[in-house]
Amino acid sequence: MTDIRKPSSLLTSTISRRNALKGLGAAAAIGTAPGFVRYAQAQSSAPIKIGFQAHRTGIGAAYGRWYERTTAAAVKAINDAGGINGRPVEIITEDDGTDAARGAEVVEKFANQHRTDIVYGTLFSHVVVGSAPAAGELKIPYYVVSEGYHVASGKMNRYVLQPGITDVRAQCRSVAPWITSNVGKKITMIYPDYAFGHDHRDFFGPAAAEQGGEVVAQIPIPPTESSFTRYFPQIPADTDVIYHVMVGPAVLTFVKELGEFYGGSGPKLFGFIDSLEAVNINSPGLEFLEGSHFWEGMPRYLQEDATDAEKAYREAVGLDETGASVNDANDVSTAAHMFGCWETLHIIKDAMEAADYRGPEDRAKLIEATEAMTEFPEGPAHPQGAKVFNGKIHQVFGSQSISVVENGRLNVVHRTSIEDGMYEPEADYTTQPL
Amino acid sequence: MSAVGSNTRVWALHLGVIALLLAANFVLPEYHRGVFSRVLVLATFAMGYNLLFGYTGLLSLGHAMFFAAGLYGAGLPVYHLGWSVPLSFGTGILAGGTLALVIGVLALRTTGVAFMIVTMMFAQVFYLTTLYFTTWTRGEEGLVLSQAMRTIDPAGLDISLSNPSTRYLIALTLFSAVLLLMLRLVRSPFGRTLVAIRENEERMRMLGYDVFRAKLTAVVLSGLFCASAGAAYGLLFGYVGSGFASIQYSILPLLWVLLGGAATTLGPLVGTLFMFYIIDYTSGFTTAYLLLVGVALILLILFFPKGLLGTVRERWLKWLP
Repeated sequence: MTDIRKPSSLLTSTISRRNALKGLGAAAAIGTAPGFVRYAQAQSSAPIKIGFQAHRTGIGAAYGRWYERTTAAAVKAINDAGGINGRPVEIITEDDGTDAARGAEVVEKFANQHRTDIVYGTLFSHVVVGSAPAAGELKIPYYVVSEGYHVASGKMNRYVLQPGITDVRAQCRSVAPWITSNVGKKITMIYPDYAFGHDHRDFFGPAAAEQGGEVVAQIPIPPTESSFTRYFPQIPADTDVIYHVMVGPAVLTFVKELGEFYGGSGPKLFGFIDSLEAVNINSPGLEFLEGSHFWEGMPRYLQEDATDAEKAYREAVGLDETGASVNDANDVSTAAHMFGCWETLHIIKDAMEAADYRGPEDRAKLIEATEAMTEFPEGPAHPQGAKVFNGKIHQVFGSQSISVVENGRLNVVHRTSIEDGMYEPEADYTTQPL
Repeated sequence: MSAVGSNTRVWALHLGVIALLLAANFVLPEYHRGVFSRVLVLATFAMGYNLLFGYTGLLSLGHAMFFAAGLYGAGLPVYHLGWSVPLSFGTGILAGGTLALVIGVLALRTTGVAFMIVTMMFAQVFYLTTLYFTTWTRGEEGLVLSQAMRTIDPAGLDISLSNPSTRYLIALTLFSAVLLLMLRLVRSPFGRTLVAIRENEERMRMLGYDVFRAKLTAVVLSGLFCASAGAAYGLLFGYVGSGFASIQYSILPLLWVLLGGAATTLGPLVGTLFMFYIIDYTSGFTTAYLLLVGVALILLILFFPKGLLGTVRERWLKWLP
């Protein structure tokens, strides 16, 4: 079939005043029609799309599972309270495989395919560091919940922010005074021999020295190691406390062998709960941890002095009083870190509202609005506690919990102050162009 | 078909593929252009692997070290010494070539399974070395090469490698150069020698060929190609991390080559592209995407036992190089 059309009259004739008035009238009629009103409202109430970079697979999957649950709970709370600027929040999740290269690809996918407003995630520092260049190049805000020092170090770029969880440098500084005052001054550090462990080595040692402590030995463990007993003779006999930060699947072996090496005696232990996140503290082989101390970003077990905000947060996320899922007592949470998802999403909400965020064209305003934030009071949006945000280094500072293992549960014995973890900033992202 | 006609057809096909990829820069949606940029660099890595595995018959499980040697050889001078991009790219290739020469001299004393194990062990040593020197490499966390570090300034033009189009065109230039070199190489007497060694090493030795020398040359060329891909990856995408030296990045080029067709010049591109998109697509709706990838690979092996282009060549287009 051949369809021969006449040339458009718009191209072949001039527009008369009568036609122009008719056109204007028609346009006005369309503009006031119910359908158009609905369309206009849809534009202003379209969801704010947040790309969630999640560790669904790979070594970070346990963290990813709980980060997803916390994210879902936070988004529900935000949406139930009216969303952001009256718009609902929609989470679009992509698996980064806990892989740096895939992380960067996922950021590109969010920006260029899903067209999300911002990107948010994720824990493992290599994924964040690998993804940061893509976020900076695409000029898409990238809010991370990673606790690494990489953001505060100034080595990322202006589009990478960490406003919901403290960094490892602050954590080391926070716990050092308590360790040297309450556990012992002669400290042996056992840590994985890669960047995460090196951060502890580099930041805890000086912080302990400031408090009169002394690191008497540093024992790095190669990442491929699966048995640890041969390293234990390197621990000096005069060690008061062993500071350990092992992570990964070998942690249980490490803890078990350490217990067997010392029996019931030996130095006291101070560890970072990173080692045992998502692991039941009552697992076989961990019995000798009884009486040892741990850093926790937020308490796993419900404490007697828990605030109303903390209780509400735990209920929203679905935690029982032992820090496991209310649906499965064996499904232990990553409580010490995942609160950062809840708090980061609330900060995103506040920053978007402060920036009067409308769409991707306002991303630069969103960065500036976040940088302008200074304090986050304790409350429903910040159940872990009050915090101070440094916009120059895009990093938040807060309190930490130190807990002791007693009768198979973690009880908080000390909460550090925000000031305990603060340090002199070494960078200023605000000088970088947007 | 005469030899001249076949020759013309082969070159026309390869130049046509390059022309299509060039056109893709202007028509692909933004996300897919970014994907293709990465795939072109990784396909270059796969082509380097293919020279050794597909054409020479040496199955290495350690090629991540050559890719990573290029990555670190280029990335560390840029990051720590402030070297220019072209100079660092050169040091990256040089690092890979030198490493390949040393590894080749040692590993080629073995054959078959022993060669696989020795190359894997060397790669593991390289990987652990990147972790051991965390002070400079930041180990598994890695280093960010900022946008300012990744600019070229020929005659004051100030070209940023983080520009998507520039990045694509540079990736395509690298891919095209290695592709045409590979084509020239595998159709040359030296390329025929490598294939003959793959088919019957003893016979080649008996005929008087210096088999060790030919294999060592193949290892070094393979290392150079892989290192060029690694150097380009770091400089174009701004990240240098030890994950690229892990065993995963020794297995991946093997899979890409097997998928696309071992000993085919275009197979590595097809395999890398196929693998990327199947992961990208399936990971969007299930965490068990590797299971789906596995099923897809099994189906592919059943119906395309010599890889996609290998089977196409066997059944239909016998002139495919």
